[in-house]
Amino acid sequence: MNARLLPLIGFVGLFALLAFGIHWNTRHEMNEVPSPLIDKPAPEFNLPLLFDPTKTLGSKDLRGKPYLLNVFGSWCPTCQDEHPFLMSEGKSLGIPLIGLDWKDQPDNAKRWLAHFGNPYSTVIADEDGHTGINFGVYGAPETFLVDANGVIRYKHISVLTPRVIEQELKPRIAELLETKQ
Amino acid sequence: MLPELGQFALILALLLACVQCIVPIYGAWRGNTTLMSVARHAVAGQAVFVLLAYAILTYAFLAQDFSVAYVAQNSNLSLPWYYRFPAVWGAHEGSLLLWILILNVWSVAVAALSRRLPQALMARVLGVLGFVSICFLLFTVLTSNPFIRHLPALPDGNDLNPILQDPGLIVHPPMLYMGYVGFSVAFAFAIAALLGGKLDGSWVRWARPWTNVAWAFLTLGITLGSAWSYYVLGWGGWWFWDPVENASFMPWLVGTALIHSQAVTEKRGSFRAWTLLLSIFAFSLSLLGTFLVRSGVLTSVHAFASDPRRGIFILVFLGIVVGGSLLLYAIRAPKVSGGKPFRMLSRETLLLINNLLFVCAAAMVLVGTLYPLFGDALGVGRISVGPPYFGFMFVLLMIPVVLLVPFGPFFHWATADWRKTLRHLLPAFIVAIVAVVLALIVFRGLPMRALVGTAGAFWVGIGICLYALHRWRTAPAGRRFSPEMIGMMFAHFGIAVFVAGVLITTAASTERDVRFLPNQVQNIGGVDFRFDGVEKVPGPNYIAEQGNVTVLRGNRVVATLHPQKRQYSGGEQSMQTKPAISAGVFRDLYVALGEPLDADHASDPGKSAWSLRIYVKPFVRWIWFGGLCMMIGGMVAAIDRRFRSGNTGGNSKTNADAATSATTATA
Amino acid sequence: MKRIITALLSIVLLGAILTPPAYAIDALPFKDRAQELRFQQLTKQLRCMVCQNESLADSTASLAQDLRRDIFNQMQAGKSDAEIKQWLTSRYSDFVLYDPPLRPSTWLLWFSPLLLVLIGAMVLWRILRRRAQQPLPTTDSGEDW
Repeated sequence: MNARLLPLIGFVGLFALLAFGIHWNTRHEMNEVPSPLIDKPAPEFNLPLLFDPTKTLGSKDLRGKPYLLNVFGSWCPTCQDEHPFLMSEGKSLGIPLIGLDWKDQPDNAKRWLAHFGNPYSTVIADEDGHTGINFGVYGAPETFLVDANGVIRYKHISVLTPRVIEQELKPRIAELLETKQ
Repeated sequence: MLPELGQFALILALLLACVQCIVPIYGAWRGNTTLMSVARHAVAGQAVFVLLAYAILTYAFLAQDFSVAYVAQNSNLSLPWYYRFPAVWGAHEGSLLLWILILNVWSVAVAALSRRLPQALMARVLGVLGFVSICFLLFTVLTSNPFIRHLPALPDGNDLNPILQDPGLIVHPPMLYMGYVGFSVAFAFAIAALLGGKLDGSWVRWARPWTNVAWAFLTLGITLGSAWSYYVLGWGGWWFWDPVENASFMPWLVGTALIHSQAVTEKRGSFRAWTLLLSIFAFSLSLLGTFLVRSGVLTSVHAFASDPRRGIFILVFLGIVVGGSLLLYAIRAPKVSGGKPFRMLSRETLLLINNLLFVCAAAMVLVGTLYPLFGDALGVGRISVGPPYFGFMFVLLMIPVVLLVPFGPFFHWATADWRKTLRHLLPAFIVAIVAVVLALIVFRGLPMRALVGTAGAFWVGIGICLYALHRWRTAPAGRRFSPEMIGMMFAHFGIAVFVAGVLITTAASTERDVRFLPNQVQNIGGVDFRFDGVEKVPGPNYIAEQGNVTVLRGNRVVATLHPQKRQYSGGEQSMQTKPAISAGVFRDLYVALGEPLDADHASDPGKSAWSLRIYVKPFVRWIWFGGLCMMIGGMVAAIDRRFRSGNTGGNSKTNADAATSATTATA
Repeated sequence: MKRIITALLSIVLLGAILTPPAYAIDALPFKDRAQELRFQQLTKQLRCMVCQNESLADSTASLAQDLRRDIFNQMQAGKSDAEIKQWLTSRYSDFVLYDPPLRPSTWLLWFSPLLLVLIGAMVLWRILRRRAQQPLPTTDSGEDW
């Protein structure tokens, strides 16, 4: 009897795995890949400001306090969906919200921000996309939470919904601000 | 009004499927002939309504009825009429209806062509097919209704994905489904046998032709899919180990083991457990494939839009059908291994090794395909498994198969004289070595893989020819080559052709992305290509930039190629690259258009330099020739007279029965 | 809501597939044929993060084009395949490799097929030995097809 039950037992295992797969699918976007940069130092960057290309903002300048880096582009329709949430919640986060204009034409980006509003404390332009690559960005929008020492603590792929902001971002930001003190 | 009729037809079909399932099986259990005879009528009835529903959906596409949401999502006003037929199966709901239609085609065929079957067996087989129908019809009616309306009707629809607007769409899915779904017949026979309790192997004789034909169709479907992606996708590849490709390959691997195992069970009475299990596995993998493609559990280029709700439904069906059949197997499977005895060295042993290797190959593909999911479950981050893994493992597992194939026909049942066989096969071995040496001399620097491919191809190919010769000499006239044997020879020869194609093309292809000025000639992979510029060419629902490339040998024009980049006028602005291929028996030339490279001539693409991708692919067609040979083999084997009449030449049903009773008596 | 977002993210990714022309064809100025071959082999083994079912060699996504350029530049600068892969995995994780690296998490993957064959072979051997002890009936020539 034992050997003949083996296929059934094997199938039960497979069934469990597939059921898990469906469960996982409902909770995760299948295209999202966890970042290898969590708890690692953020890549160094030094990019021109979108609105004043003669000046630059670098990762070194941002040391000392945590910040959020939000990757967006005027070409990205999903970023439009995220935008209202950034406008309403951005200021209340308590830390700078830096916009990384990724693989975009500066004029298009300026027009986009003028049209939809500018939720960012500063916007830097990554025209050739290199800084994005260094951060492991593969689609927009993506958001990184970097702590005071320049270490990436959290990455969110896709829209920062109010739920994510409440449940994932705000607690982490509070923690970082506390330890800083 | 019609679409609503279509919905109604599906519901009626579902009711008839319920009748088809419950009544005959109950009748068979009780020995009630009237109830059992309901099966055939129920099959006919269900088929009528399924056909009606399918015809209505097709009509909706032809008439461009955009009030039907499915039609609006998969066609638009500019879609040429000949693509409206295959557009029916262009997405989830319609392809599911195609599945059901083909299931009915098989059911009708089985009902019509099996009049000589014992009635109880017939009733159970049709009943099981009815159960499968119930599952799919229920799934369609509850979650995937193709007739849902979108009111008010949209003026125009989305376009059918440009990649699908190709003759390949007309043939690949139906052939593939004929195979996939066809394994349900072998499954039904196995379950019917388990339900009936008579497990002596007589049921296998009836199941064999159906299984061979299903396997042949699946081989054809996979071959077509490979050829289609080769000439449509623009990257010169023909197999990507994509989860959905794997979903069709796994049933094929198990199906291959199954057709061999069935042969043994029918002729020798042994391998009964293997045959039962493989019948269940083959169809289970077909169902698993359906699940993987439609549940969103794995991402894939092929996958239909995912929906966890649908995933749950299919998973439940999978659980009931596969779990139920494996439970039935655990309870009812033969307790003693029957059949005629055999020695260590015998054809039976070779076929056991064959079974083992093919099942392990299928398991390997399953593990690799599902491993990312497993990784997610373990929480170790996204694991990626791709062609380097599958290609390596598969070749490893198939090396013993390729080495042993020529021995199969020469080894006798029960005991084999290996010395004699080796003597028979010596010429094949010698030719293989000579071929490799010659190849090394003539084509300097040929990579190892091409050499191994050459050796393997000659070993198997000549081995088959040697067997044919041997059979011609030693068998009495008139009984030399049965269709079954011819089928075997074709199929095994197909292996040789396939191996040659795969290994040579993988190792010896040339691929280059090159910048061409107008009228420039460059030599790539030993062939001269001249770029003659780009012009604009209109099509039925697109505008194309067409490149003109001439292939020269010296001053002689060998071929002209016209790769295109098409801008479709569909709902979404979609651009598609259509490569141009000069097909040849021994080599393919393949050109895809890139980008204009001169900023100065951006407005006048005709004068600009362009980037082109050029492939020279030797022996690539042999991959599909091999597949076609295998398909022919399967079809030819199925028409063997032994399956149609009750009487056969050598081993008949009675032999297998006698053997079983003899062994159970001595055990 | 989750579904809308899912759909929208897919559109961003899809947009990358459907809109750009055939950027997968970059006529890069390779040093020699060997380097070109090496580039082709390497990019075929890497996954495009945007169109996740295409290799970096075949993907038409803009990011894929950027990464191919970067890889080309690194090759020109003398970096080895291993260094380039390391550069990619430190940014995109192992997911970017089609060839799963041998780690404890992939032991099952790499060893299970052969283990299965071995176990199967052992079981088969035992069964065959037992079977071989049954007497062969003399009337069965074993020749028949």
